[in-house]
Amino acid sequence: MIDIKKYIASGILEIYVAGVLSEKENLEVSAYAKQYPKINDEIIAIEASILELSKRSSNIQPYPFSEVKDKINIPKEPKVLTLEKEKSVWPMYFGWAASVLLAIGLFLTYNQNQELKSELEVVSKENMFLEEQIATSDTSLEKAKTLLNTIRDKNIDVVPLAGQTVAPDSYAKVYWNKQQEKVFIDAKGLPEPPDGFVYQVWSLKLSPTLTPTSIGLLDTFYEDDNKVFALDNVNDSEAFGITLEPSGGSEGPNLEQLYTLGVVAAS
Amino acid sequence: MTLDSLVEQFKKKDTLAFEQLYSMYSKNICGVIHTIVKNEGRSQEICQDVFIKIWHNSDSYNSSKGRFFTWILNIARNAAIDEIRSKSYKNERKNFSADYFVGILERPDEEQTTADAIGLKKLVKNLKEKCVQIIELLYFRGYTQKEAAEELDIPVGTVKTRNRSCISQLRVNMEQK
Repeated sequence: MIDIKKYIASGILEIYVAGVLSEKENLEVSAYAKQYPKINDEIIAIEASILELSKRSSNIQPYPFSEVKDKINIPKEPKVLTLEKEKSVWPMYFGWAASVLLAIGLFLTYNQNQELKSELEVVSKENMFLEEQIATSDTSLEKAKTLLNTIRDKNIDVVPLAGQTVAPDSYAKVYWNKQQEKVFIDAKGLPEPPDGFVYQVWSLKLSPTLTPTSIGLLDTFYEDDNKVFALDNVNDSEAFGITLEPSGGSEGPNLEQLYTLGVVAAS
Repeated sequence: MTLDSLVEQFKKKDTLAFEQLYSMYSKNICGVIHTIVKNEGRSQEICQDVFIKIWHNSDSYNSSKGRFFTWILNIARNAAIDEIRSKSYKNERKNFSADYFVGILERPDEEQTTADAIGLKKLVKNLKEKCVQIIELLYFRGYTQKEAAEELDIPVGTVKTRNRSCISQLRVNMEQK
């Protein structure tokens, strides 16, 4: 039996509605909400005030539901266009061929290409979503399966990163899917970063000169329970390193704070 | 129909249930996105994407881990923050507090085009600035208690209780309307 009044007064229910509690606390609060109607009522009242506030925070008009409905019901198959009999289908093939060539061309001009940037955005959103799913299914078998499948993928290269001078006991693993240009960092073996600092992951070219390229920050280290992070890696990496950097990351790695390092095995 | 059974139906891909949930929450979710992204057109698109996303990922919602609205709110905040990150607003988190819905209250009337200014003003009248800030960080930006404490320069232990007294004031204001 908990002291319901005290529990409510602690303010934990407000944080629960904000969605920024740890997973363990979330489970605790929802279990209490099921058990004690008073706690459930309080949660609903808190939510009502946030609904009221968020409704008034902007004058924006959402799209009508019909538009959303159209989008979710789009059939997966493309529509078949009927062509007039006399018309040759060759122009259509040429059209397809041309667009394929164009698509290849776009890939080659990758870095300058705005359109591909938006594709990258989509990919990074998917990454985030995937990562979120991995994190939220922490307690379930689902998570183990997803992780296992991800790292069992035949296209995955595993690169163990060993602890360096500043933290000899730390370690990490990089699961690199070259085909999907993704890396999954298992950072369970890294200590929690001190306040104001963040781990930054680097792709390294070893020859002709040592060239580090940042592939991302592990900036949700504190909240992330499973410590597996999905990042994009388009580089032809020869090694991976993880350094501790001030919040927000750095342009170049601080090698004095190099925590782990590992070389990609030549294939 | 109770919220629980509505959500159950939604998880079974019932579009009618989805439509009801959309009418319940779309204005809120779009509003939160708008306060982050600021561009109205983009916000509407992102908001639509968020609802499409929750439809396709309805399986991943688990009521034992939080409220349904909180679940959408989390996805919406992530999508909105992703949007401004992709536009390379590098230090966006640090610049947040000067803007929206905190800032909107201090602007002259003719500039208040984005918020339901009158309704909002009534709702947050007599709320201290510290209150508006903490609410904004926790609910609209998804800051953890630790991050909010750092941003506001207060001890982590006081975030929960301060926020509770702020929300209580908000609830009083709501009842008086």
